[in-house]
Amino acid sequence: MSLLSTTNVSRVYRSFSLTGTKTHVALQNVSLQIAEGETVALVGQSGCGKSTLARLLAGLEHPNEGDVLFEGRSLRAFSRADWFAYRRVVQMVFQDPISAVNPRHSIEAIIAEPLRHLTALGEKERSAKVAELLASVGLRPQDTTKRPAQMSGGQLQRVCIARALAPEPKLIVLDEAVSNLDLLLQMQMLDLLRELQTRARVSFLFITHDLRLVERFCSRVIVLDEGRIVEQRAVKQGFEFEHPAARRLKAAILPAFPKPRPVAEDTNLVKVG
Amino acid sequence: MLTTGQLSIENLCVVTNQNGRFRTLVDGVSLDITRGRVVALVGASGSGKSLTCAASLDVLPPGVLRNTGKVLVDGTAQPFADLRGRQVASIMQNPRTAFNPVRTMRSHAIETLKANGRYGKDAHERVRSAMDDVGLSNVERVLDLHAFEMSGGMLQRVMIAVALLSDAPFLFADEPTTDLDLVLQARMLDLIEQVVRRRRLGVLLVTHDMSVVARLADEVAVIDAGKIVERGSVSQIFLKPRHAVTRRLVTAHLSLYGLQLAS
Repeated sequence: MSLLSTTNVSRVYRSFSLTGTKTHVALQNVSLQIAEGETVALVGQSGCGKSTLARLLAGLEHPNEGDVLFEGRSLRAFSRADWFAYRRVVQMVFQDPISAVNPRHSIEAIIAEPLRHLTALGEKERSAKVAELLASVGLRPQDTTKRPAQMSGGQLQRVCIARALAPEPKLIVLDEAVSNLDLLLQMQMLDLLRELQTRARVSFLFITHDLRLVERFCSRVIVLDEGRIVEQRAVKQGFEFEHPAARRLKAAILPAFPKPRPVAEDTNLVKVG
Repeated sequence: MLTTGQLSIENLCVVTNQNGRFRTLVDGVSLDITRGRVVALVGASGSGKSLTCAASLDVLPPGVLRNTGKVLVDGTAQPFADLRGRQVASIMQNPRTAFNPVRTMRSHAIETLKANGRYGKDAHERVRSAMDDVGLSNVERVLDLHAFEMSGGMLQRVMIAVALLSDAPFLFADEPTTDLDLVLQARMLDLIEQVVRRRRLGVLLVTHDMSVVARLADEVAVIDAGKIVERGSVSQIFLKPRHAVTRRLVTAHLSLYGLQLAS
């Protein structure tokens, strides 16, 4: 049985103003499955509905049609206790770490927050756990007393990843979570997440527009375009897409090496001004 | 038309005061930018690349000071106020915060012309042709839009168009495509390449993304902790990087493609 799945999910946003009501269909008939311990990539251009889908899966919003199923049960049928458990097993990391943390809290309080609400750990156990999590994302123990403003964007995103890992979830939704980091950090983060996966059997939904990271990190890729799933396939060495939207993403990957360029003299031929 | 050929940044130092002690953020950076060529300034986040860019135009954030350094055009030192918008046009990372939210695109463009003393009878014609140049379709409609009515890709195009209106011979581009998705990024880089060719601009491209460097740059300077640690042609940097910092950047970049540095 899949860990998390959706059946024909649609989501429509309505905006109201003096000039009338506008509707925007963000997702249409989306069905997908995520198995335990699997890493699924969700790719597409900006505005294609990736983040909306992530919010539905995390239970932050509800679909207008269709169902989100966790271990075969619809989220619509969840009791309070079910939601409590669900908040623990599904965690999210957002793109912008600065707006995802409380600027007045220390790093320790930020990472310990899910532990306080979702687990039965005591104060001492919590701070031991925070220290362990900080070390696992490559931050130093003395960082616990810092505030978010004292850290760089990359460091803060690692704090957010540590916070997501804290309640030992079964699924982590990474919504462009590494896009803001520079390349070395992106690699380190992906290696760290992969290691966690083999250790704790966590599933990942990895949302991105960068297919290069998909090939490195994911086993299956889902392509979203204008709110619909247009292609799904296993990630293998040198795999090719069929749908034009997916091919467009692939074609946008920049070259690894510079191509030979005309020398400076050539450009003198161009008319000035 | 200004007949300039080379812009030189000389011995730029930027410091900040941290708990009563001066800390050097940019340490003696010198760069030469020739018209028609793209110089990339690359480095990890926090290495001082954006500060170098800001310091050479005298637009540093509060609390940060330029200690030494001057900017020369064709060998003559220039007052910073004459550089901005006249000799050097700039485009920024985040177009959404670069525009005044209550004014239309047209009024931004006209303001640029007025600030440069180039506002005349042909102003509207010039604005339209600059917008055409960056590949905006339906120019008249776009000109009447506000920033919040437009996508990031469209805003980025308008920002380049407005930069071109100044007819400045040099362009500083600070992470011009970092916030765009890959499809938009590829289109934007094509566009920058075209306008650089057509107008023979000298470009300083600030980025941390080696694939953008591979796509656009002719020469590369690598900055680490405020110092330039290596410079060379783009092929030399990618094929024979010497400094450890450069090697690390190139290795990480290549591993995304499943490639390795030939040692």
